[in-house]
Amino acid sequence: MEVPILKQGGYLIATIQAALSDADLIKLQDALVEQVGKYRSKGVIIDVTALDVMDSFATRTLRSIAHMIKLRGAETVICGIQPEVAFAMVQLGLTLEGISTALDLEEGLALLNKRTREREAARGR
Amino acid sequence: MHFSTSGLESARRHVGDEVRVLIEADSDIVLAREHGRLIGKKIGFSATDLTIIATAISEVARNILVFAKSGEIVIREVSEHGRSGIQITARDNGPGIPDISLAMQEGYSTGKGLGMGLPGSRRLMDEFQVISSAGNGTIVEMKKWVNQNG
Repeated sequence: MEVPILKQGGYLIATIQAALSDADLIKLQDALVEQVGKYRSKGVIIDVTALDVMDSFATRTLRSIAHMIKLRGAETVICGIQPEVAFAMVQLGLTLEGISTALDLEEGLALLNKRTREREAARGR
Repeated sequence: MHFSTSGLESARRHVGDEVRVLIEADSDIVLAREHGRLIGKKIGFSATDLTIIATAISEVARNILVFAKSGEIVIREVSEHGRSGIQITARDNGPGIPDISLAMQEGYSTGKGLGMGLPGSRRLMDEFQVISSAGNGTIVEMKKWVNQNG
């Protein structure tokens, strides 16, 4: 199941729509890292609302994606981690330290707007 | 060699469905956790517990792929002392684990994973046992009971 990536202004929005295999996650990683350069995006949102499980592989891959996007000069926000998924992640000992997260897509967009504004302001100085 | 967190040898009765999922590709991991959810739902687990069970299945199934290339996951309903639960057995004929207590240590990794798989799955489930030795494959048996630990 491939993850559709929507280009919305200066942002890329990847909405995971069903359970993902490891190969699908790696495909998502490659597509985002490529497209962030192709479209000169300032930010990426990965919406994981529909993700059934965040196991160690998914967490590591999302962390890698966020770090790679950062190296490409953009910001990443992961949104929509469900309460039971968060519960299982904490019990498993998984963290997304250093990664921006938001409750849902709306909050994610607001956070990205804030981040990119801060970035522009810092550049303007 | 055994690693046990509670008495697993007590008598138990196989009461319901049993599903066997061959693990040979990463898409089989997704299949195994879907079966875990289905059976878990029938047994009466909460949404949170279903996610916890699916996460533990994901970890042990990936261990099979990474370390043994192939194996199987057997998921079944179990009942004991009037309580219902789910039992997940992950079995492979891979290289086995030479030092189980080392593999159960938080953060210990052979470099192929995060070092979270086994200790993490043990925390997710109520009962957890690993039987393995170098060259003899690995069996991970874990259980979760309905309405235990909230």
